[in-house]
Amino acid sequence: MILEAIDVRKAYAAHVALDGVSLAIPEQSIFGLLGPNGAGKTSLIRIITQITGADSGEIRFRGQRLAPEHATEVGYLPEERGLYKKMKVGEQLIYLARLRGLSRADAMLRIKDWLERFDIKAWAEKNVEDLSKGMQQKVQFIATVLHEPKLIILDEPFSGFDPINANMLKDEILRLKQEGATIIFSTHRMESVEELCDHIALINRSRKVLDGPVKLIRNQFRSNTYELEGRSNNKFIVMHPDFEVLEHLELENGHFRDRIKLHDGVNSNDLLRYAIGQAEIHAFREVIPSINDIFIRRVRETMPESLLETANALL
Amino acid sequence: MASKFFLVAQREYLTRVRKKAFIVLTLAVPLLIAAFGFFMVKIVQSDDDNTDVVEVRDESGLGLAARLVSTPQLQFVPSNVPLAQGKKAFQKAEHAGLLYLPAGLNPDEPTGVQFFGKGNISLRKQVSVESALNKAFSELKMQKSGLTEEQLNRLKAKVDLQAVSLDETGKEEDSNALVTSGLSYGLALLIYLFIFIYGVQIMRGIGEEKSSRIMEVMLSSVKPFDLMMGKIIGIAAVGLTQFLLWGILSTGATSVISSLATDTNNPKTEMAATASRSTDAAEQNAGERFDKQIDKVGEQAPGGAISKAFASLGKLPIGIILFGFIVYFLGGYLLYGALFGAIGAAVDDQTDTQQFMFPVTAPLVLSYIVSITVILRNPDGPLAFWMSIIPFTSPIAMVVRLPFGVPLWQLGLSIALLIAGFIGTVWLAARIYRVGILMYGKKVTYREMSKWMFYKG
Repeated sequence: MILEAIDVRKAYAAHVALDGVSLAIPEQSIFGLLGPNGAGKTSLIRIITQITGADSGEIRFRGQRLAPEHATEVGYLPEERGLYKKMKVGEQLIYLARLRGLSRADAMLRIKDWLERFDIKAWAEKNVEDLSKGMQQKVQFIATVLHEPKLIILDEPFSGFDPINANMLKDEILRLKQEGATIIFSTHRMESVEELCDHIALINRSRKVLDGPVKLIRNQFRSNTYELEGRSNNKFIVMHPDFEVLEHLELENGHFRDRIKLHDGVNSNDLLRYAIGQAEIHAFREVIPSINDIFIRRVRETMPESLLETANALL
Repeated sequence: MASKFFLVAQREYLTRVRKKAFIVLTLAVPLLIAAFGFFMVKIVQSDDDNTDVVEVRDESGLGLAARLVSTPQLQFVPSNVPLAQGKKAFQKAEHAGLLYLPAGLNPDEPTGVQFFGKGNISLRKQVSVESALNKAFSELKMQKSGLTEEQLNRLKAKVDLQAVSLDETGKEEDSNALVTSGLSYGLALLIYLFIFIYGVQIMRGIGEEKSSRIMEVMLSSVKPFDLMMGKIIGIAAVGLTQFLLWGILSTGATSVISSLATDTNNPKTEMAATASRSTDAAEQNAGERFDKQIDKVGEQAPGGAISKAFASLGKLPIGIILFGFIVYFLGGYLLYGALFGAIGAAVDDQTDTQQFMFPVTAPLVLSYIVSITVILRNPDGPLAFWMSIIPFTSPIAMVVRLPFGVPLWQLGLSIALLIAGFIGTVWLAARIYRVGILMYGKKVTYREMSKWMFYKG
């Protein structure tokens, strides 16, 4: 484990930001810290980056209690992006790298490398304020990873990036993971990181509601439901005690799309065999709940009764 | 950690020193001072070096014209033409005026003496001509009463007042009140301006940093205390650099310009140049006043004024003044700089700074005003004592008192309190700073800020 949080608690004057959160983040993984706005993600990150301290509980970095000397092992891209506007890109990167313990010469070598990789070498002598927003984002990302941190924390990393740059960023993140870094993603847009994350933790109302490897969680939330698409000249209707039709959509020219839940002890091949006899099948896949769905389900489950009632009334 | 503090201070210093505004200001101010000095020299020259030539038409037959004593500023020359012609002649000769002593002048009751001048006759000119005449008349009368030339010379006394101050133990000390207060005033102004100019820069710098949203990135690698102190110290270094450059450059520029302006090696102009040379950008006012005071001294005892001023400077407790100045300069800057920093960190919008600025600047402004009015006049009074002990006012009040001599126990107490004071404000500011810099979109109140003090790390 590169990082462990044990029963971390943090309260501000008006509210509790973290209420006994425990996490374990494995080495060389991409970890998604997910939850709606105001759930406590940023509070947790600020504790991990040692900007603030926890009221109680403990953070361990590779088994050691988190201490100031670990700061050089961590790279942090906050949600609120910012750079010194009147400073040149190159100088700024050198400054930030030196603050994280890099020597001037090392910093310059690496900066050259990164600026080439991001194709912004010509901008090194420009003031930050003369750069476009996307460029500034790139510079900021470089600043985050320049000192080759073992743990990279990215808070809402894709906000403000256009699709091309967002893809570029994804590639870089995967490359960094390959090279041995661990990445924590924090976001409220769960679908944006689903495909990247190995592990996730869901945080809601200052508590962790769910965590574990993404595959395991999804399996856990599998409901044995399948989607079936095809065409039939006669009307296709599933009538079988093993299957339960959750949704049936009739489209043009005899096309249809069904969502079917299998009862216990029945497997997907049984359904497929049954369907092939009745219609021309175009697509067949398991309906796997998205992290977003899981989150909503989980939140409903963990909500106190009274709140659940109001939530239901609202929905 | 210490090296991070150094990196922060270094960045603050280098980015500021490289700014165009800094370079322009650093070069422009000495030029302004040099121009000011040049202007002063010119005024002094036109006032004192241009000798006024006054023609004297003496028809009294008393030999008064010969008795009128010329000075470097006023020269009497006899006129041999009748009055009517003389009136035109002196203007043609570009002389300053014509003094007419009519026939039958009674030394005991001299009436009918006339002075013709070009245009308006300045009071100064009139007074000096009058005093020359008075002297001539009294000499004449004394001689008439039977005194010999030798007796007359013995009667003439050249009074040169030497002020001697007694300290508590009754030891005699030469004191030159003007030099002492000039020094007090200059040092106080220097500290006042330095705290104000660079304190506000700390506040602005932190405000900019906050609005650029870089704080979170910084704080993930630097402790807030190091970040704040790095900024305060970096800006102090910028200020010292600027003041030092101003001092050196204005000395250079002034001496070049004044050497161009001065053709004759007149002690007066030399003195004016020296005075304005000691003038710093910040000290323009002080310097001006200082000049005037020295000029006054100079009139009473021309020539000796400079060496005397230096002599009395030498007799001041220079060691203690210098030590005290450095202590109060740095201590005052730290004390106020930390508070300015706290405002910058707490406030979101630069326009909101006003309400928090007042309680910080009020003691500073107050101590400056009281110091240059009351304390300068009565450096040992109760107001002077209390203000030079309280840390918020002592950086200015005590420095004003230093050249007049301060009991060591008071100085020690004041410095101890000042150190306690700036440790206190730095601590306070650091508490406000670390919460404030991450606080956005909230209108801050004093109540809110006082709560921040007790937030845990």
